[in-house]
Amino acid sequence: MTATTEINKIISKENMVYGKTSVLLDNEMHYCPGCTHGVIHKVIAEVIDEMGIQDKTIGISPVGCSVLAYNYLDIDWQQAAHGRAPALATATSRLMPEKYVFTYQGDGDLASIGCAEIIHACNRGENIVVFFVNNAIYGMTGGQMAPTTLEGQVTATTPYGRDCAVTGFPMKITEMIAMLPGTRFVTRQSAETPGAVRKLKKVVQKAFENTREKKGLSFIEIVSTCSSGWKLSPVKSNEWMKENMFPYYPLGTLKDE
Amino acid sequence: MAKFKGAIVVDTEKCKGCGLCVVACPTKVIELARDVNGKGYHYAHMANPEACIGCSSCGLVCPDTVITVYRVKAS
Repeated sequence: MTATTEINKIISKENMVYGKTSVLLDNEMHYCPGCTHGVIHKVIAEVIDEMGIQDKTIGISPVGCSVLAYNYLDIDWQQAAHGRAPALATATSRLMPEKYVFTYQGDGDLASIGCAEIIHACNRGENIVVFFVNNAIYGMTGGQMAPTTLEGQVTATTPYGRDCAVTGFPMKITEMIAMLPGTRFVTRQSAETPGAVRKLKKVVQKAFENTREKKGLSFIEIVSTCSSGWKLSPVKSNEWMKENMFPYYPLGTLKDE
Repeated sequence: MAKFKGAIVVDTEKCKGCGLCVVACPTKVIELARDVNGKGYHYAHMANPEACIGCSSCGLVCPDTVITVYRVKAS
């Protein structure tokens, strides 16, 4: 038997172990090659599919690269003004308490312009899930400095590296959120290796289960890459993230009540 | 001899050639093709299909979900 016929025998529906979930639409994602957004979308879609909550989930998309998330996940969506996704999620979850409401925000949206919104939503302990995608840069607008940009990191607006004496220090949002009594589950994950993706999936599932049990706010930070903004290849971006971001933004669960 | 034999199917027209699957593959099955797809990306393909064990690592890390993984018990 030649190799090709053997492979053709393996490729049949009953042998499929991994494929695209039906919650993810067939639209081609507009993200750059290797963008972590794609992985996170996929993980959220898989969890929604496995929990069977597709018709009960409402996503709030932010302003940023992931503004077009409503093109990719086959659930109900709303689109918030810049940084105001937690406010919209508050209203949605209070008016429709039986729904699973989540916001999906980047670091420019959540940590910068929407900082007040997220802190107060977390302090009120709304029954929502927050996905915070932290790639230490403003990806969509061309790689400017974000509040989470690391010290010395070169961006379009800090061409000599971020000087903390001038621009302040990189914000550890997740640590801040974990201190608030309103939050129930606060964790920081990544999605660069198969193991990390599996871990992220477990965490996302736990967050949606918290919503089902009306436990309160679950906050998931995902340390991500921006290969276009960082001007590195996708593989090099992952290496850079491991080397530079993980020491400052250590992975792990900060709070689980 | 591996206990499982696997195979992957890549939606080559949707693949953006980021190469994350190439790094994630534990048995070095995947490589980026010399040819390009309609968008000009060097798509991923099975360069070494005999070594595939169907572990789904490539599928998990693929940002564009273009990889479908199949697996059978090795006879």
